[in-house]
Amino acid sequence: MSGVSTDEIKREFLKSKLGLTGIFILLGLILISIATISLIPASTFQEWNNPEKWISYPKTAVPSWVNFVSLEKIPEHKIIDGNIFESQNDGVYLVSQQFRVSFEYDDFPSDLIFETKTKYSDSHIVQIEVIRPDGIILELLSTSLPYSEIDTTHDQRYFSTESMIKKNLNSYKDEFEFDFSIGVTEIIFSQLGENKVQKGEYIFIINTYGIKHSAEILKSKMILGGKAFGLMGTDELRRDLAIGLLWGTPLALFIGISVSIGSVVVGLIYGVYSGYRGKKTDEVMMRFNDVIYALPALPFLIILAVTISNSIFLMIGFLMIFSWVGIAKVSRSMSLQIKTRQYVEAAKIMGQKDSKIIFKHILPQLLPYAFASIAISVPAAITTEAGLSFLGLGDPSFPTWGQILHDANIYGAAAQGFWWWIIPPGILIAITGLAFVFIGNALDVIVNPKLKR
Amino acid sequence: MFGVLMITLLLTISLVGSNMDTILKQGVIYQVRAEITENTSIMQGFNDPDEFEKFVQQKIDERIKVLGLDTPWYSPQRLGYTMYKIIILDFGNATFLTSDSGSSNVGDIIFEKMPKTILLFTTATIIISIIGIVLGAASSNKIGSKLDRITSTFAVISSSFPVWWIGMLMIFVFAFVYQIFPARATPSIEPDDPGYILALLYHMTLPVITIVLIGFGAWAYLVRNFMVGVMQEDFITAKKTMGISKKRIVYSHALRNAAPPIITILALSLSGSLGGAIITEAVFDWPGMGRLYFEAISVMDLPVIIGSTYILTVLFLISIFIADLLYGYFDPRVRTSS
Repeated sequence: MSGVSTDEIKREFLKSKLGLTGIFILLGLILISIATISLIPASTFQEWNNPEKWISYPKTAVPSWVNFVSLEKIPEHKIIDGNIFESQNDGVYLVSQQFRVSFEYDDFPSDLIFETKTKYSDSHIVQIEVIRPDGIILELLSTSLPYSEIDTTHDQRYFSTESMIKKNLNSYKDEFEFDFSIGVTEIIFSQLGENKVQKGEYIFIINTYGIKHSAEILKSKMILGGKAFGLMGTDELRRDLAIGLLWGTPLALFIGISVSIGSVVVGLIYGVYSGYRGKKTDEVMMRFNDVIYALPALPFLIILAVTISNSIFLMIGFLMIFSWVGIAKVSRSMSLQIKTRQYVEAAKIMGQKDSKIIFKHILPQLLPYAFASIAISVPAAITTEAGLSFLGLGDPSFPTWGQILHDANIYGAAAQGFWWWIIPPGILIAITGLAFVFIGNALDVIVNPKLKR
Repeated sequence: MFGVLMITLLLTISLVGSNMDTILKQGVIYQVRAEITENTSIMQGFNDPDEFEKFVQQKIDERIKVLGLDTPWYSPQRLGYTMYKIIILDFGNATFLTSDSGSSNVGDIIFEKMPKTILLFTTATIIISIIGIVLGAASSNKIGSKLDRITSTFAVISSSFPVWWIGMLMIFVFAFVYQIFPARATPSIEPDDPGYILALLYHMTLPVITIVLIGFGAWAYLVRNFMVGVMQEDFITAKKTMGISKKRIVYSHALRNAAPPIITILALSLSGSLGGAIITEAVFDWPGMGRLYFEAISVMDLPVIIGSTYILTVLFLISIFIADLLYGYFDPRVRTSS
């Protein structure tokens, strides 16, 4: 406990393989956190629970790297920006948006959505067609923009599920040799002979014809609905899980570290003071400690979260209430030993104030122990917070790993086999916990010589 | 101990008190209005709607006064009354939830769910402690062996995974990939069916496996550490020199001496597992206390929340108490000193 200098701790720690592993994992997590905070715009996590934001993402898509592993290539979800060409011929102004897709997958895309924003006046005609790799041109839709005398901007989404598209495709029935009672994308991307994917480059074109003026395209996007997306896939609510997981890292570190530092500091001071004062004070303070110890933590945390607030900062405070108790007990018994040492008694006789003795002579002796217990109590804080979030009591304005798992549980991810929704958050929780356990154990062995073997 | 219980209760009540009052008052208003509108003769007696409103308000105030809701929840007599009722295990009626048999009495609901939680978690704890003690003793027998190292590593790694997450994984593997066990742990047949017990046991398998998988590593590690301490004591060395086989020393002499702390922790972990049960049961949909808690929270059924918290605290305290007694029984050193 005493007589272990900082240098010694450092030297011993660098020898411990486990401790170093822990430090490396922790550094990795901190790097991820810094990268997340600085690179990913904060709006992504603020709108985590806003379905509007995620509308152009696919539903429960597998991570796209699965295609490197699996033999059958799952169509990736693609959001393609259009190339805009303008031309004029005999007083007809043509603006055409072109989307090139090289489609090399073994399954059909689930749907097609075109998103355009046009600034125009008068009437304009819109035609959508696709040039397939085999040279066949399919006309998908012809429609017009609503007539307007003055300049207006018009937002429009064209869905492949629109009945007009199916109707137009029916006129090509003779060229295909299979029944047309299937989805539109399964026709567009199919071979002629049989209903299998035709691989190659497809060009989708939206032509906007105007007679007097040219229309101006402000936004042009095509969404090719796939079943694979991004690094980590998406969930039932179309959210990009990679973003949720990334934001979860700084949050988990923040929760874990602040809870453990807070409770260790409180426990340490409480215990040392109680032990140092002794007698009645000690008795009363330890009884209070026993009461908190006897409270069932989880039910109380639940009630606190339900009745007071589930804001993340208050939650950190609630977690502290239940985690300083053990530390107070140990540091009390330690301070009981230290206070009988001669230099403490000398300081007392010299008439130093109690607070000065505690902060100058006793607490520094306990610092190594304090660091070890900070590291050891982080995982518990993280798992408890995750557990509360898992029950649906988390702060809805911050996506934590526990909340991702909560959503996964609600939508029955396990029973439906959405492994990419369940496995990564849990592994991250465990890795973060392990990092601190490694560091804490390594410190503990140095600080408590008894554990050395 | 009793004092702790009372403080717990007081805390619970003060946390939920004001919310509970609001809910109760709303209930009264709703009830009074329903009664008056049902009885058309009262309605017809009034011509002026203002007068009618006044009458209704008066009725509501009367009812609130009768129920004692006009004094705030922290007034001594109401606080005392609530505490008294809870001590005699009268938790009143649940606001929304009902037991499977249809009763809305909180006591009925809790005592219907309790056996199932006890069944699940005692089974799991017994299996965990058997595996843990055997494995721990075996690895303390050969410190530094492969078995020892595997046990220690497994203990550290398994304890940093949340149980409920492993539960989700287990459902994924055994209910989705290999369809061996059901994903939901609530049997679909009626409780009075003769096959119910079998179905319950079958549905229990997956949760038990999950809890055991997460729990036994830490247990084995704990037992091992206690055993290592005991094995260094003089009497073991003496036994060794007497030529008693090592196996016998480990399993009969050392284990007996390591028993007191192990049993204490067993008792504590039993009650601790009750609290942790909430989340695990929610994952597996096991029809016990944990899920009841979860459901009560999601609909804010305060009587049920208070009742369950109380019962959990009582169980927790009882097991701390039993652990203390057992410790004194197994370790004579404690008995003489106290």
